[in-house]
Amino acid sequence: MSAENDTSAAAGPLLRMTGVARYFDVSAPWLNRVLERKERVTLKAVDGIDVAIRKGETLGLVGESGCGKSTVARLIVGLYAPTRGTIVYDGVPIAGDGATKDARALRAARRGMQMIFQDPYASLNPRWRVADIVAEPLRAHEPDIPRAKLAERVVALLEQVGLAAADGKKYPHQFSGGQRQRISIARALSTNPSFLVCDEPTSALDVSVQAQVLNLMRDLQRRLSLTYLFISHNLAVVHHIADRVGVMYLGRIVEIAPTRDLFANPQHPYTRMLLDAVPDLEMTGEARTAVAGEVPNPLDPPAGCTFHPRCPLADARCRRESPALRPDGTGRGAQVACHAAEEGRLPPRAVPVAVAVR
Amino acid sequence: MPAPDTPVLDVAGLRVEFPTRRGTLTAVHDVSFTIAPGEVLGVVGESGAGKSLTGAAIIGLIDPPGRIAGGEIRLAGRRIDNLPYDAMRTVRGREIGAVFQDPLTSLNPLYTVGRQLIETIRTHLPLSEAQARARAVGLLEEVGIPAAARRIDHYPHQFSGGMRQRVVIALALAAKPKLIVADEPTTALDVSIQAQIIQLLKRLCRDHGTAIMLVTHDMGVIAETADRVAVMYAGRIVEIGPVADVIHRPQHPYSVGLMGSIPSIVDERERLTQIDGAMPRLTAIPDGCAFHPRCPHAFDRCRRERPELMAAGGTRAACWLRVGGAVASAAAGVEAA
Repeated sequence: MSAENDTSAAAGPLLRMTGVARYFDVSAPWLNRVLERKERVTLKAVDGIDVAIRKGETLGLVGESGCGKSTVARLIVGLYAPTRGTIVYDGVPIAGDGATKDARALRAARRGMQMIFQDPYASLNPRWRVADIVAEPLRAHEPDIPRAKLAERVVALLEQVGLAAADGKKYPHQFSGGQRQRISIARALSTNPSFLVCDEPTSALDVSVQAQVLNLMRDLQRRLSLTYLFISHNLAVVHHIADRVGVMYLGRIVEIAPTRDLFANPQHPYTRMLLDAVPDLEMTGEARTAVAGEVPNPLDPPAGCTFHPRCPLADARCRRESPALRPDGTGRGAQVACHAAEEGRLPPRAVPVAVAVR
Repeated sequence: MPAPDTPVLDVAGLRVEFPTRRGTLTAVHDVSFTIAPGEVLGVVGESGAGKSLTGAAIIGLIDPPGRIAGGEIRLAGRRIDNLPYDAMRTVRGREIGAVFQDPLTSLNPLYTVGRQLIETIRTHLPLSEAQARARAVGLLEEVGIPAAARRIDHYPHQFSGGMRQRVVIALALAAKPKLIVADEPTTALDVSIQAQIIQLLKRLCRDHGTAIMLVTHDMGVIAETADRVAVMYAGRIVEIGPVADVIHRPQHPYSVGLMGSIPSIVDERERLTQIDGAMPRLTAIPDGCAFHPRCPHAFDRCRRERPELMAAGGTRAACWLRVGGAVASAAAGVEAA
């Protein structure tokens, strides 16, 4: 029960991942392995994730490129199958160990979740009209839906995301990036999902357009009681949109906490480093902690805690033993995977980021 | 020698046009600014605002059929916008360094970084092979590449993204230029690496007195790096001034909207300020002020007449609301948007 103590009984999790891992075999071809005596090489893109997402919340997932956050998104929506571990959606084990064999239950669960991708230029078929793009998931899940009802639904969806009914007749190239992302959102909403997996949905957009899309997502969440998994490399965007934030590093969650706690009082040294690195408009002029080093090669991650080569607090135990994600002891539902935090070796933060009250 | 108060870069009335079958499109209109030695000028705006084209015009790399159709660009007092191709090649590299968004496309994958650096150094400076190599190692050390003497013989693919961008900066510095034009130098990098590159650019600026024109859409990077900021919209500068004024007390309604739309890690807002609509296409730039269809304060004059930059608060803004130096109270500007 320890991993789930952040989940109150009243609002059970909509989605739970237990020990989920996804490995990719990136070895050289068989003949090369034989001739050149190369070993098999495994990329551990996601290496054991336990996380529960509650109904109606937005869980943000941040991390640098290659940390496995997009793989998590793809595991949840079923684009990848987990190497081990279980994913349970709304009480139905949908993937991994013990996944249900009941096709109907699986279909219903799949219908409840949709995905929004990063690049609205690549994720919309350029040869289809917008109305067909938006209608496609509905057609897939309800093949015998009457045409008039489908058209009506498409108009309602387009209007819901701030587009006009007439836009359905157009092609994707006639829209700007922000409008295309609205089309992606309309498509995702077509099956009345309760859970949206958003993989960097605003990263390809200009800031003013990003603001439009973030405001829209927030309005829709409220109106339709949606649950979001919001993946981004942009900490400020996640701070704005998420209720809780998980920080990933080399395939693991190293810290997960309510947004305000995570930004005001980060525990994991990596989280602290990330927060210090974000350029901000406040221009405090304070010298920031120099960010040391780079993410190590994920094909050959360091032993013990994978962050130890960059960590100012690393000791012998960190180099030997991988820390587990455990409650940080404040009782606010924050969890951190750090020996230093567990042993109370964390120094107070040099530059506390005060949450300004405005 | 130019007088000591000569700006490194003086752009006056710059106009960039693209002839098309359906008439001439003007992508950059009447853009004027200066950059002093050791100064960082940030140029911000959304995609298509003309910020990258302005940078490309300065380094003489506008793709045909685009062309500079008007105005002057002076580097340390000398006019460079009308130089023949070969003369401009010498200026570029020797006097102006360039750093682009994607370090992988700026480096030749077939040559070691050392060979590329040495070639650049010897093209511009009268040094022997051995001297050039020593300088190349020095440059790599200066931009923070560990074990530079060994890494110099590695190929670009053997470097990580952040290290590659450092190599590109080393290349831009090879001939001790007076000016570096950096177009989205940190956009392709992760935040922790981005912070390292920002600090590097700032240090170079301070140590060598190099002027930097920093083109980016990331206001956070501008806030950390720039001394002054120019905000571009639909091919024109709509506001220019000291960084603190533009960010915290913007005077042009577009700048106000732009600043309000940026989420921050230190404040909590229910909604972000939102500028409805999108920037006009070059084929359909509205009459009068190009921003008026999206402006919450637009009135009659905005629809008829185009405002020039005028003094407003601590900055200069092209907005009829600021006639006679009228200062918007930040609240009135922000909340009404």
